[in-house]
Formats: sequence, structure tokens, C-alpha cells
Amino acid sequence: MSKSLRKFKPLNVILGVTFAFLYIPIFTLIAMSFNGSHSPFIFKGFSFKWYSVLIHDAQVIHGLINTLIVATGSTVLSTVLGTMLAVGLHRYSKSAALNAFSLAPAIVPDIVLGIGLLALYALLSVSLGLYSVLFAHVVFSMAFVTAVVKARLANTDGDLREASMDLGATRTGTFIRITLPSIAPAILAGALLSFTLSLDEFVIAFFTNGPTTPTLPIVIYSMVRFGVTPEINALATLLMIVSVTTVIIAQRMTRQRAKVR
Amino acid sequence: MTLSVRRRVSRDSGKRRDLLERIVLQGPGLLFITIFMAIPITLVAIYSIFQRGRFGGVVYKFTIENFSRAFDSVYLGILLDSLKIAGITTVLAIIVGYPTAYAIAKLPIKWRSIALVLVVIPFWTNFLIRTYSWIMLFNREGLLNHALLKFNIIHTPLDLLYTQSAVVVGLLYGYLPLMILPLYASIERLDPQLGEAAANLGATKVRAFFSLTLPLTASGLIAGSIFVFIPSLGNFIVPELLGGGKTVMVGNLIRDQFLKARDWPFGSVLALSVIALVFIFFMIQNVVEKRFSSDNNE
Repeated sequence: MSKSLRKFKPLNVILGVTFAFLYIPIFTLIAMSFNGSHSPFIFKGFSFKWYSVLIHDAQVIHGLINTLIVATGSTVLSTVLGTMLAVGLHRYSKSAALNAFSLAPAIVPDIVLGIGLLALYALLSVSLGLYSVLFAHVVFSMAFVTAVVKARLANTDGDLREASMDLGATRTGTFIRITLPSIAPAILAGALLSFTLSLDEFVIAFFTNGPTTPTLPIVIYSMVRFGVTPEINALATLLMIVSVTTVIIAQRMTRQRAKVR
Repeated sequence: MTLSVRRRVSRDSGKRRDLLERIVLQGPGLLFITIFMAIPITLVAIYSIFQRGRFGGVVYKFTIENFSRAFDSVYLGILLDSLKIAGITTVLAIIVGYPTAYAIAKLPIKWRSIALVLVVIPFWTNFLIRTYSWIMLFNREGLLNHALLKFNIIHTPLDLLYTQSAVVVGLLYGYLPLMILPLYASIERLDPQLGEAAANLGATKVRAFFSLTLPLTASGLIAGSIFVFIPSLGNFIVPELLGGGKTVMVGNLIRDQFLKARDWPFGSVLALSVIALVFIFFMIQNVVEKRFSSDNNE
């Protein structure tokens, strides 16, 4: 025991350094959100002042509402389309090209997708607004849902389904009673993933969003560019709590997958 | 037996239904990707060979001038700079990420998942905010300078912000988890007995690492490199917030061509150059992966 601990020590030092690198900025951010002074650099007394400034900031609230609309809409659409696509690909397409095409939106650089969509919307004279952002978010979120659900299908979709069909159940019946329950954790994990992705997505929204409907990341962008204030720290802290909670729930879902395997 | 008979009887209608099911399941998703990804990228490719409109947009007159302009020393310099910055970021991510992933894989099982969650959490924090946190640390009055001054390590504040190094640190911070995770996945799969076998056969630790561990984890290494390199290359947030006006990357240039200069055709050429670089990177990955997998089979 003590021998193995000694053996692992240099590795643990590496872990310590990496986690320090990852977390010092985050903890600084959180600590400064409780700063009583106007400076985001020097801590002067504990205060919730910036949280109160934040929740009374009409711009932030407006951005938050827009973001929630986009994230909810794109999550629903991408989860449904992505799940269907995953099942379809799993059952009928061994072609590597089609599979690559389905996952491509997750790999294409976001700036290319952003300007491409801007060009498309301009060509079709679609006026930019929340819908233009929403559809843009669906296309890359869907790729993630497809990937997650497909991974799960690889482990589950098989004997039970055939048995069910052989016993005379209809395709739809089998899908609802057999396939869907067995991939439910993956669908939920995919949905949570697309919600967080949309919540944080900036680049594509930056190109496809309308001037009167900024999403929260766009509001944050203008705040950060304008200058550093502890209000951003307060917002960052709250957003982090939301993201971390979602990630932990999604993690639980995927761990269930590992158990099934 | 009876089952297979029943199946044979219904094979024809089954095939038709299979096709129908396939269309219903795959159709909507594939259509969506076609409209919102394939067509937009095709548009960018088409725009690159036309002339710019006077007030933005595109005039459909053929020209190759956009491409020759990309080889103008100013723009070529920015492209090469972006390559350099994304490359350095990727190398640093490997240097930091590989030992970290290795260390996580060697942790006791219950600690492993906690460590992984800790790696993922920063990644799920808004990218703008993560970048902003480095402004707080790197500023002349920021915490890093504050600490260094306090402990008398330096006597005048350092200009950390608005440098190329700040951009690299910001990108590294942004994408390091994307290096660690695939590396971890491939290291965790390694059979510990292989290492023992190598040691028994008299291989030194260094030799065992380079001829055994590294080739076997090459796929994770390459996946991680792609995940770090691609978003670093097209990034325009970090160069803007941490690089100030000084460090311009190709992402900034593309954005400006589309939103400020309103030269869409030239912006399209630049975007195509990013796609081309990404493509080259994937081809290298393919070659390397094939080589390693054939090595393993021998």
C-alpha cells in the first residue's frame, strides 16, 4: 500500500499542477463575484452586491430569456431528430460516409458553420432572429445526440428487438416498448448535452443572431469587451452552477450505460 | 424453424417496410444537416470565386482574385501565425495532457471518475467567461502581478495581457480537457501486462514508452490533437480578448471580412483555407493511424 502510494507520487504532483491550472482561474472568478469593491482585481469585503446588480440588469435578463428559448427549442428538436437518425444509422447504414456526414456538424469549425449559415440566411432573405440561431444550434447539437445514442445502441439494440418482432409485435410497438426504454439514458444524456451546448454557444449565434435578440453569450461578449466588472463574475458563478449540475446529471446517465455494458 | 418460415413469407413486405422505416428515421436528420450544414459550406465555396458587392453580398462574376489575395504577405502571415499559435497550443496540450491523462488512468477506480468530472467541469463553463478569467489574472493590476509583486519576485508589473503567449495560454485553457479525455480513454485501455512483458524482455522504461505505450495510445493522441487544433485555429474570441489588437488570427480576419469589411468572397476564401487545413490534419491522422494499426498487427 505505502509502496504503491510512493510509486504514484510524481503522477499525483502532475495531477495537482494540472488541476491548479484548471481551477485557479475559476476559483478566482467565483471569489471575486463576492467582492464588495468595484475592482475585479482587489478584494475588499464580502458582498452579494453584484448578484443584486445582475438580477436587475434588464439586458442580462433579456439575453437569458432568449437563450432559454433557443436552448429549449434546439434541445427538443435535436434530441428527436438525433435519436431517430441514430436508430436509422445503426440499423440500416454501415456506410462510413453517411456516418461521417451525420457527425460532421460537430467537427466543422464553428466559424465556418457560422458564416455559411449567415450566407444561407442572406441568400434566402431570412430575417435574423431567434429562429435563425435555433436552427443553427440544432444542426450541431443533433450530431452530439446522434453520437451518444448510437454508442448506446451498439450495446443494446439486437436480440430483444428481434425476439419482440418474432413474437408478433409491430415495429412501432417494438420501438416504443423495447428500443426506447433501453436507450432512454442515452437520449437524456444527449438532451442535457445539447442543452448545455446551446446555452454556452457563442460563435454561431454571433453570426446568425438578430440585432434585437441577443442570446446570453452575446450579452456576455459585449460586457467583457466593454470592460471587467464583478457583475460578470456573478453571472459566471451562476452559469457555472447550472452547467456543473447538468454535467453531473449527464454523467450519472452515462455511468448507467457503463453498468449495462 | 417455424420462425424462419414466417420470416421468409414476410420478407418482401418486410423489405419495403425496412426502406420506409429507414427513410422515416434517417430522412429528417439528414435533410436537416444538408440544409443547415452542407448547403452553407457549399455556398461559402461558391462565393469564393465571385466578386464582392459594393455594399456587401456577392456579384456573380467569376474571379480568382480572392485566392491570389490570400497569398498577399499580410494575409499569408496571419494564416501562418494562426497555424503557429494553434500548433504550439496543441503541442503544449499534449505535454500537459498526456501525463495528466496517464496519472488519472493510474488512480484508484473511485477517484478516476471524480478526476474526470473535474476535468470536464471547466469545459462546461462558458468559453467567454473562461477567457475573461485570464484577463483578471493577467492584467497589469491583476492577481498574478499582484502576487508576484507582493512576494518581491518582480518589482514592476509585467505586461502579460495582450501578448501572443496570453493567447496560447487562453487557448490551452479552453481546450485542454479535449486533449485529456480521448488520451485517458486510450491509456485506460492499455493492458498493464504489456508493460511488464516489456520490462521482462529487458526494455528500459523510456524504450517501453516509445515503442509500446506511445504507439498504442496514438489514436487518443491524434483525436485529442484534432479536438484542440481545430477550434484553436478558427478561434477569434481569445485573440480578441487576450491578444488585444496585436495578435490577429485567421478567425478574426474571417469575422471582419463578413461583418466589417463586408467582403464575403474574400472571407469565404479564408474560411476555405481553414477547412483545407482541417482536412490536411485529418489526412495526416488517417496515415498515422493506419501505420500504427498495421504495426500493431504484426
